[in-house]
Amino acid sequence: MSANKQRSHYRSLTFWLLRSRVSRIARVLFSVNYAYMTEYRAELLLWMLAGVLPLILMGAWMQAAQGGQFGLTSVEFARYFLAAFVARQFSVVWVIWEFEKEVVEGRLSPRLLQPLDPGWHHFASHFSERFARLPFAGVLVGIFFWLYPEAFWIPSLSGTLLFLLAVHLAFALRFLMQYTMAMFAFWTERASAIEQFWFLFYLFLSGLIAPLETFPPLVREIVMWTPFPYMVYFPASLLVGLPVNVGQGLLVMSGWGVVFFILNRWLWNKGLKQYSGMGA
Amino acid sequence: MQYPIQRYFRVLRLFWSAAIAAEMEYRLNFVLAALSSLGNLAGSLFGLFLFYRTGYTFQGWSWEEAGVVLGIFTLLQGISSAFLVPNLNRIVRQVQEGTLDFVLLRPISSQFWLSTNTLSPWGFPDILFGAGLIGFAGSRLGLGISNYLVSLLPLGFGLVSLYSLWFMLGATSIWFVKIYNVTEVLRGLIEAGRFPIVAYPATYRFFFTFIVPVAFLTTVPAETMLGRSPWGWTLGAGVLAIGLLLASRYFWRFALRFYTSASS
Repeated sequence: MSANKQRSHYRSLTFWLLRSRVSRIARVLFSVNYAYMTEYRAELLLWMLAGVLPLILMGAWMQAAQGGQFGLTSVEFARYFLAAFVARQFSVVWVIWEFEKEVVEGRLSPRLLQPLDPGWHHFASHFSERFARLPFAGVLVGIFFWLYPEAFWIPSLSGTLLFLLAVHLAFALRFLMQYTMAMFAFWTERASAIEQFWFLFYLFLSGLIAPLETFPPLVREIVMWTPFPYMVYFPASLLVGLPVNVGQGLLVMSGWGVVFFILNRWLWNKGLKQYSGMGA
Repeated sequence: MQYPIQRYFRVLRLFWSAAIAAEMEYRLNFVLAALSSLGNLAGSLFGLFLFYRTGYTFQGWSWEEAGVVLGIFTLLQGISSAFLVPNLNRIVRQVQEGTLDFVLLRPISSQFWLSTNTLSPWGFPDILFGAGLIGFAGSRLGLGISNYLVSLLPLGFGLVSLYSLWFMLGATSIWFVKIYNVTEVLRGLIEAGRFPIVAYPATYRFFFTFIVPVAFLTTVPAETMLGRSPWGWTLGAGVLAIGLLLASRYFWRFALRFYTSASS
């Protein structure tokens, strides 16, 4: 009886230790990376401006809405593309270039010695960068409404909450997908070429260039089962209030998440055996 | 007796054959790059199709004519990823690592060295597909060889303007060392050239004609090719190109005065 009690005591103790260790690591990783990111504020601003594609297409679609039948009004297009621009800011991922460099230069080796999966370093740097980037996005949205006050709208509370959920999931999924592609760095020196190909689907099918309402119905049906529209179109629609199937969305996102997680771990294990970087 | 211009051509040949030899080590990637170009073309056409699908047209541009603009845009994308990106994005690194010193010491124009030192064959498929799209749309519109030839002039002007802008932005790294992505901003803005300039509202048109001259990159050459551009526009493109090229030369010399190098 008392042995049993002691065991349960130990179990709760290890649980507590584990939890505090995890939260401590997370805190340190996050604050270090955040400090690092804020050092490059000017660069962050420029990276953000480099993502103006939705704002350019906003112009073309607003003009088009005045002359043709597209199911959305000019103002709705403006709101959609602004929301798409914001959603895109949340899911900017560059892990493949970093990982490729680590593998090619052998810098992955010291990280393998740490009792922490190297993926978490990258995840923390991306995650904290979001917070350094957010103020700039806020300012840009402010300028937009100042220039074009007709487009101003207050999203519904449920829409905003769902948007926040969707945007976090979108970031996690995109990170996972790119990190999985990054595993090919173990076999080829330029894994980023794979990402460049993959990026095309993201560019044309995610809703960056047009809301999915303008797609032909059959294409739209098919695309909604791929992970791409959930990166931009899904969260943006939730924020603007365009009708989307929330249940299907979350299901498809988690489905792809599981697939890529399994693929990622499998490739990671295979790749490590292949890895022959300096010190391995 | 060798003229200086001959020397520049010889240097250019050496630069580019070395660059191609180096890139040939990654032949599989070249296949992937070709596939990417094909996907890019399909996606671009899809993006244009979304506008024309329901019977809407950009004012005064039929589907084929808009295809010509897209073809010129793809061509420019290819040329910039083959010649501009690999060179001009490296100016930043030269400044950061101090290797710019070695470039400045060479008995050759440093602007020439920095702008032509390497090339990336990854852009070639885009050039090919862009030309193919122009040819396809052109044949459906019944364009003759003279149409293509006459558009080479504004196209060349557009390229010179683009190069000069890009080079000037790259040169600002003398002051703000880590400025790599300022050229990415330019690349983002040039995306507006996918569609003829009339596709945009008035404020956009003003911005993309006078602030960032995207209209001169794709719309003006396309109009000339279709034989409906008044010569004034080509003239304007020429003036802009020569002005920007001279500006880039002066700007580079000006910037160099502020270069403090890494070793002195």
